[in-house]
Amino acid sequence: MDLIGVREVRMAADRSDLVFAADEIPLGGGTWLFSEEQPGVGGMVDLTGLGWDPLVEQPDGGLTIAATCTLAELRALPPRVGRTAHPLFAVAVDALLGSWKIHRFATVGGNICLALPAGPMTSLTAALDGVGVIWTPDGGERRVLIADLVTNVCETVLTHGEVLRAVELPASALAGRVAHRRISLAHLGRSGAFVIARLDAHERFIVTITAATPRPYQLRFPGLPTAEELADGIEGFVRDWYDDPHGAPDWRRAMSLRFAEECRIELGGAA
Amino acid sequence: MSVHITVDGKLIEIEPRAGQVLRTVLRGAGITSVNRGCDAGDCGACSVLVDGSAVHSCLFPAHRLDGQTVTTVAGLGSERSPHPVQTAFVEAAAFQCGFCTAGMIVTASTFDEAELDELPRMLKGNLCRCTGYRSIHDALRAVRNVEQPEAGQAATRSVRAPAAWRVVTGREEYTLDGPDSEYRTGASDTTALLHLAVLGSPHPHARILSIDTSAAEAMPGVRLVLTHRDSPATAFSTGRHQDRLEDPDDTHVLDEVVRFHGQRVAAVVADSLADAQRALGAIVVEYELLPAVFDPDLARQPGAPLVHPELTAEARAAAPERNTVAEEHGERGDVAAALATAEASGATVSGTWNTARVTHAALETHAARGWLDADGRLVIRTSSQVPYLVRDEVARIFELEPQRVRVFAARVGGGFGGKQELLTEDLVALAVLKLGRAVQYEFTRGDEFTIAPLRHPMTVSVRLGATADGILTAIAVDQLMDTGAYGNHGIGVMYHSVHESVAVYRCANVRVDAQSVYTNNPPAGAFRGYGLGQVIFAVESAMDELARELGIDPFELRRRNVVVPGDPLLTIHEEEDKDIAYRGAHGAGQCLDLVEAALAAPGGLPVPEGWSVGTGMALAMIATVPPRGHFADATIRALDVPADVDGSTPDGALFELEVGTAEFGNGSTTVHAQLASQVLGTTPERIRIRQSDTDLPGHDTGAYGSTGTVVAGMAVYRAATALAEQLASGGAREATGHSDGTPRSVAFNVHGMRVAVQPGTGEVLILRSIQAADAGTVLNPEQLRGQIEGGTAQAIGSALYEEVRVDAGGEITTVAFRNYRVPKFGDVPVTEVLFAKTHDPLGPLGAKSMSEAPYNPVAPALANAIRDAIGVRPHALPMTRDVVWRLVNL
Repeated sequence: MDLIGVREVRMAADRSDLVFAADEIPLGGGTWLFSEEQPGVGGMVDLTGLGWDPLVEQPDGGLTIAATCTLAELRALPPRVGRTAHPLFAVAVDALLGSWKIHRFATVGGNICLALPAGPMTSLTAALDGVGVIWTPDGGERRVLIADLVTNVCETVLTHGEVLRAVELPASALAGRVAHRRISLAHLGRSGAFVIARLDAHERFIVTITAATPRPYQLRFPGLPTAEELADGIEGFVRDWYDDPHGAPDWRRAMSLRFAEECRIELGGAA
Repeated sequence: MSVHITVDGKLIEIEPRAGQVLRTVLRGAGITSVNRGCDAGDCGACSVLVDGSAVHSCLFPAHRLDGQTVTTVAGLGSERSPHPVQTAFVEAAAFQCGFCTAGMIVTASTFDEAELDELPRMLKGNLCRCTGYRSIHDALRAVRNVEQPEAGQAATRSVRAPAAWRVVTGREEYTLDGPDSEYRTGASDTTALLHLAVLGSPHPHARILSIDTSAAEAMPGVRLVLTHRDSPATAFSTGRHQDRLEDPDDTHVLDEVVRFHGQRVAAVVADSLADAQRALGAIVVEYELLPAVFDPDLARQPGAPLVHPELTAEARAAAPERNTVAEEHGERGDVAAALATAEASGATVSGTWNTARVTHAALETHAARGWLDADGRLVIRTSSQVPYLVRDEVARIFELEPQRVRVFAARVGGGFGGKQELLTEDLVALAVLKLGRAVQYEFTRGDEFTIAPLRHPMTVSVRLGATADGILTAIAVDQLMDTGAYGNHGIGVMYHSVHESVAVYRCANVRVDAQSVYTNNPPAGAFRGYGLGQVIFAVESAMDELARELGIDPFELRRRNVVVPGDPLLTIHEEEDKDIAYRGAHGAGQCLDLVEAALAAPGGLPVPEGWSVGTGMALAMIATVPPRGHFADATIRALDVPADVDGSTPDGALFELEVGTAEFGNGSTTVHAQLASQVLGTTPERIRIRQSDTDLPGHDTGAYGSTGTVVAGMAVYRAATALAEQLASGGAREATGHSDGTPRSVAFNVHGMRVAVQPGTGEVLILRSIQAADAGTVLNPEQLRGQIEGGTAQAIGSALYEEVRVDAGGEITTVAFRNYRVPKFGDVPVTEVLFAKTHDPLGPLGAKSMSEAPYNPVAPALANAIRDAIGVRPHALPMTRDVVWRLVNL
């Protein structure tokens, strides 16, 4: 929809353009920004002009995803030997309520910074121990785990003027064995619970719960937990099951517990 | 900064403004083949190709435009040189209202073979509210569903809609697609169209103490600010009926008191929509907050805050001092005694069921455009099912002679009852009359959720008693409905809700208590089924429970109790309505037999491992025409033009048919062309139809109550029959026909469902969906199949997915499709559609109406199947996964 408060859109050419007036915000694909009224937004700085390489393979097997990488670009990334977590990319992209027409514009960074509980790029990158590279207004940068970057519904650690530059996925996480479960109130609907579990090279078990909670919750076990340890861990950690039109909190809790257990068994836990 | 883009092969110069989207740019350039459905990237109606790839043009930032090639559905092909997908949509009859079709075709035009195998995923960004998607699937698999019968053979054949090629090539005009020249003739200013935006109340109940509009009036582009000080004093109802006295006069164009969150407080008219919207924020309003009530049960209790204390008897609300718009209490026989006997020697069941608020979700939002014509007449082009009734009421509100007002509808992008209202036309009329200029008011999708009427939420308690043989001896229904802050349709829906839902069964002892209550919630209104669906959900759930109690098969229980031809149709009165009767063949019996047999035959999806399976069915009855008169006039004339207009029909005469009823995807226009061509011995293409315009001769009550075939169609049939006789005897070359919608008949629908339920998650998978319809003579099998599939899909939506949520302060919290689950391609199962072989002597060529009816039995059939699968009975809609999970696990 037309954003009636926007007076100016600046196409950023380099980092020096990333200086924001009080009512200016960064613009990624625009698929969310243009989908709702944006009261108080007077200007936008279009990051797509910066020409960031969407996906950069690191020599150690890690992957750097530019914030402006589109979901379609991520989904199209070819698999790589040893990158056992690769199938998660398509799973997470397809978890977006928006269709492939949206995937062509929606960006990985935009989805994370929007910080909706059901944001599947948050689910994906948090589960893979992604690190957000944040450009600070003073020209520096800082790094925050994506699991910590999203702090609440539509809230992140980013302050005004900061821009998410990229997400770095470490090789170790990408080489882990993964299991995932997702449910929504309708087939192909917005996620009500999205659980991704991972077993890394050291047999550590990491389970990440999103969509069912206001922010990502990540539990780490030194080895495969028992069913009871896993359930107790989740129950002891997560207290704020999310409530919105995409699922009741008690159901989201139950689905998260159920899915975490299913993932545990899929990754070799005793049934 | 101006840039160039190529649109549908033409290079155009544009000057995108910051914050604009491609859709606005395109429509601003006069390109009307792109539609606005949600403005949020959820529905896909605005899809276009940009450099060959499909995009939602409502999300594409206009500042990124520079040199791209844009293709709308009109650029994909034309009737002479169509894109294969356009041809496929015509041949499959893959649209009803057609408002989603442009985006659907553009999107599908990019699919390769592999993607055609993944349609649920590939089409999850394209909503269709009308069809239920089966016909769209057929189109994309090149299935041909339409036929081209010989002259005089069109009735009972699957003829395509007359507008088919225009719809699939983006050339059919919807409400806001009229040419600029339309409003630039005559007394209106010959410059640009003005736009109207509305300031909504932030409070659920408040008195406006003061409004300061001076700052808004001084803003750029602003031409007029309207407040309650400008409002005509005449009270009216937004709900429209043939008899205007059926709805309470409780509404003003702009009121000093606002009674629900979002209610219009002021309106700004400006040069652009953005100018108008920006000025809203500059209006300063001082409110006195008034106590509010949101629970309909509390609202009817003594001491509750009153929503309409100002109403007098003249307004025709039953008891405003008890927040009651209408109520009915009565009993035939002795229900208490019958229940006591049943308790002792047969069986009784009871329960209370609730239904949610639902939005119609027609893809075209409410919209109107008004101007003054050359004679200074007020003209309104509007998205309405009832243009004549809007004309009459606008004339009344503004104290104009009806002939000084013209109201017409182009093709309407979906209705489902939601456009049997006067929601935009009154403000447009006020602005046009004040300014003498053309003014447009278009609802946003958010408005459709927050200020357009929704389906009435109801609480329905049912008690049934029966003998051990399963003969019903008592039916008691206690219905409470929340009509919201205004009583539009709050009377009619209440009476209808407890009529056919109860009269469907022979029973000596019947009690009905029904109450329609004002609250400070957003208003409810007419919705497909007009109240029946909510009560049928309760009654048919109770019947299912009774069958279990008695150990009688649910089909057999209905057979033993359903009215048979010749039975009186009774609820609480000893005498039946004089103009309604069950005539002709045993449609109910046939429908029961058809569904029972189909369910017993193999078919449907396999059961996933570990899921529980259940089967359920439900029966619904509906009157074929609304009560108390429904009128249509038709005029048909043989045109004095050469016969070979298109060169293809050597002996074809050409006829012009004028009929007032509106086309909003109901397919009435197709049926009218079929009926006229059948009688006149020609083909449907030779019937030119002018419709839904108060400038046509005669009157038309409108397209509601499923009357397009049985009332307007009857008028058409009579006009054509008279003309055929005149032509045969060398008489006049013009004839008229009239129908008054009485006497009336009844029609039946039976739905059968088999479901699988995943007990651990609450997922419900529909394995099998079967509906049998007692439609009389089926005039267009493909169209009727589409109506039944579409009604089933809409009902699956309200049964499993959809709920408009209201918070404790009366504010709607689900304001976009992304938070409201209209069924998508992958959510709707195949429904097997079966037709009873019946003939209604009252309908044209024996046809019955069949538009609302298919919706009604679906929710209880699903609920009964879920009950069968999980052993626990659902008592509320929607039965979402979290709800079903709770039923199983808590």
